[in-house]
Amino acid sequence: MTTPLPSPGPAPRSLPGRRSGTLTAWLFLAPALLLFLYFKFIPMFEGLRMSFFEVRPYLGDEWVGTDNYRTILADSAFVSAMWHSTLLALGTTVGSLVLGLLLALLIEGKARYLWFVRTAAFLPVVTTMAAVAEVWRIMYHPGDTGMINTIIGWLGIGPQPFLASEDSSLLSIMGMGIWRGTPYDMMIFLAGLVGVDRTLYEAAAVDGASTWRRLRHVTLPALRPVFWILFTLAAIRGLRVFVEVYVLTNGGPDGSSEVLMTLIYKLGLQRGDLGVAAAGSIVLFVATLLLTVLVQFLRRRQPR
Amino acid sequence: MRFDSALGLEARRGPLATIAKIVLYGGMVIVFTGPLVGLLVSAFGETLDPTGFSIVPDGFTLENFFRAGEMGVYGYLLNSFVVVGFGLLLQMLVSVFAAYSLARKKFRGMSIVLLIMLATMMLPEEVIIIPLSVVLADVPPFHLDLIGSYAGMILPVGAWGFSILVMTEFMKEVPVELEEAAHIDGAGELRTFFTIILPLCRPALGVIGVFGFTMIWDQYLLPLIVATESSQWTLPIALRSLRSDEDSGIGVLLAASLLALLPSIIAFLLFQRQFMRGLTSGAIKG
Repeated sequence: MTTPLPSPGPAPRSLPGRRSGTLTAWLFLAPALLLFLYFKFIPMFEGLRMSFFEVRPYLGDEWVGTDNYRTILADSAFVSAMWHSTLLALGTTVGSLVLGLLLALLIEGKARYLWFVRTAAFLPVVTTMAAVAEVWRIMYHPGDTGMINTIIGWLGIGPQPFLASEDSSLLSIMGMGIWRGTPYDMMIFLAGLVGVDRTLYEAAAVDGASTWRRLRHVTLPALRPVFWILFTLAAIRGLRVFVEVYVLTNGGPDGSSEVLMTLIYKLGLQRGDLGVAAAGSIVLFVATLLLTVLVQFLRRRQPR
Repeated sequence: MRFDSALGLEARRGPLATIAKIVLYGGMVIVFTGPLVGLLVSAFGETLDPTGFSIVPDGFTLENFFRAGEMGVYGYLLNSFVVVGFGLLLQMLVSVFAAYSLARKKFRGMSIVLLIMLATMMLPEEVIIIPLSVVLADVPPFHLDLIGSYAGMILPVGAWGFSILVMTEFMKEVPVELEEAAHIDGAGELRTFFTIILPLCRPALGVIGVFGFTMIWDQYLLPLIVATESSQWTLPIALRSLRSDEDSGIGVLLAASLLALLPSIIAFLLFQRQFMRGLTSGAIKG
């Protein structure tokens, strides 16, 4: 580029050119924005509105103020569902994180067979939840012929009721959640491990640090941001769990595994109590939001 | 000594280390693929007993798949393919259009648009499912009733913040010179878009395609609230009703579950590289 080309075009054309550029920009965006408007934002505001009304199709809605919220927060079924959701989210998240980190450390490396192990181990993540849950429901068959009972029978443990008992239904759902969540966390930890500075390992070895100390002082601090992201994502996802519970137990036996979403679904779409269900959804949303804010706050307070 | 990994396991040699590795890696593969292998084996198995689920084959028969046909499973499968086919086409088109605008244009209000995209990703679909069922029954301003129609299952998955943002990031990397050259040659906006930009985005199209596919294929609540007749069920939501069929035991359920799982597993195995890339970039960036 030695001689700049004379450009007669741009100068007079620039203003209308830019305007039409803006117009095309909005035209290209329009489909996405319209779909978001109709299927995300209108439902969101509609949900907020509904939560203050007694929703009566064909009769017109009636303003009831905060009655729906009072109804739902006083409902013992809702309170225990909130408790179950929290337990399930926490158990699944922590279980998947710890196991995922452990497995990531164990299969870190470049060998060809490790690639195979990773691909195979990752399969649970991509599989369709509804189908996987059916498989686990069959494996959890309570009698001594159930598959998992057969396996733990080899270890000398007697048959467990799993989904059939109020004491173990939630734990059994958690078990499947951990099975499905661990490989995902593992892959993200593996991606994080790639970024760890190898010279620090070398330096640690020169200083005579043991493997444990190397892990404690080099690897884990480097993984901290990954850990926070995974924790937030998994905990939020855990609060909204629906399909697993709906397919495995549908909240039973006797409400022992009822979670927020299964209860909201039953309230809204089976019992037709739309206003109360909408209030429940808003409570779920606020819980998710609070959790996000809390985690961000804790994360900021961390050194470094 | 080598410092490739935190624990340095890969470098360990000797018979004991080899045995430990075989046990560890073999155990992992069995635990994570076991239930899926069991499904594959049992779906072709002969037993009709509700506990007859095993990794060890007990015969081979296609009976379960024939019976699944009698129970309408292939109809549900077809519904699933219709929804995922049109849904994915719409989602990818919407995503590339939006991304083109976000990556290549400068206009006022762009940061607000980006904020809107992020907001939709923060808003869990479970939270809006109840009001969405109301909105779908009476879409303003035309008072359209989409409940009981495929459109009701397809349109809501048409725009997805994740694919728009992945696509936007990728399009930013496409050199501006190519676009300018096309303009100088007299190509219009749409023509430039389809003949220059889009072909260069093929790797990113793979990413949003495979993620969009699994996202739509996994939809549960949406078809559950939209389908009013059992003939409109997609395969995942039909599974639950197949449990109680007395004549065929769990055979039909297993065959149908396998059919529900296979497409996403095949998609994953075919597009593994794109999958892993999209996964890590999506998660690390939050």
